[in-house]
Amino acid sequence: MKNTRAQIAIAFICILLGFMISIQFKSVRRNNKLVSSQFQRADELQVQLNKERENNEKLYQQLIQYEKDLNALRQDVSEKSGYAKSLLEQLNRAEILAGLTDVEGKGVIVTLNDSKLKSENFGQSDENYFIIHDEDILMVINELADAGAEAMSLNDERLLATSEIRCAGATVSVNNNRYSTPFVIKAIGDPDTLEAALNLRGGVKDILSTWGIEVTVKKSNKIMIPRYNGVINFKYAKPVVKKEGE
Amino acid sequence: MIIAIGLMIGLVLGLFVPIHIPSQYSPYVAIAILAALDSVFGGMRASVQKNFDMRIFISGFFGNALLAAMLTYIGKKLDLDLYLAAVIAFGARLFQNFAFIRRFILNKYVKNDNI
Repeated sequence: MKNTRAQIAIAFICILLGFMISIQFKSVRRNNKLVSSQFQRADELQVQLNKERENNEKLYQQLIQYEKDLNALRQDVSEKSGYAKSLLEQLNRAEILAGLTDVEGKGVIVTLNDSKLKSENFGQSDENYFIIHDEDILMVINELADAGAEAMSLNDERLLATSEIRCAGATVSVNNNRYSTPFVIKAIGDPDTLEAALNLRGGVKDILSTWGIEVTVKKSNKIMIPRYNGVINFKYAKPVVKKEGE
Repeated sequence: MIIAIGLMIGLVLGLFVPIHIPSQYSPYVAIAILAALDSVFGGMRASVQKNFDMRIFISGFFGNALLAAMLTYIGKKLDLDLYLAAVIAFGARLFQNFAFIRRFILNKYVKNDNI
């Protein structure tokens, strides 16, 4: 009598034991799989990224090829009719203005570098004064534009009407790409005017030099400014169509 | 016999119940499994010894499991593998009980008192 009770009790614990063992087996297997699948996921993403990069490169090559073809066709057409020729000239002007073609010409190369002065020399001065900020770059760009620069680039990133120059942590964001020092600004225009604009007494160079920020201006007879490589989508801006009689 | 049937029922039940133990709780389940295993062997030994006591059996199972889980928890908080104490205690008892059962069965069926 007592023995059967013992058997039942042991059987009950056995059921519990079996239940726990199988659940634990399942869970351990699942957890292991979970961990390894996370690594696998990272690998997969890396492979995908590499593939996309290759694809991107290929498409870019294709784009360049198509542009060559397009230019050849334009040349072809413009030779045939005078109207097409004037249209082509307009188009070229618009493309330079929009930053869609590489341009070259006379101009200046301005290099900005962080200050080599240690802040101890200035006592309690803030460290921030001695490094280049987006505002410093904007000041130089603005001065160059005022002096009649026709095309500008910052670290070979073409500056357009939509370009931002903005502090992004320790870097500066231009056309959504990030750059750090040294900043090389290329500007096409009259080299003497551009240089003089920066070297004005009390001007940009003087202000930046106060903090030891290195500004070097180099005149050059041949500067190449690359085109803008991104895409601008006009989502909100629409050209105004003027109606007759207005 | 009854052990095998009980184990089978439990295993099948566990396979079909959609419960998963999160990885941070799996040490507790492992230690509970060990406690149950210890109880089963202890119960078997007691029943072959004819001195099985239901109260001791039940309280031993739950008490041991609880104490082991507590040790595991405290060990985690102290960053010391305290559950090893439970593992060693249960493991040692498991072998002792098994040795006893082995001797008993051998004596019973082989009828050789020299063992």
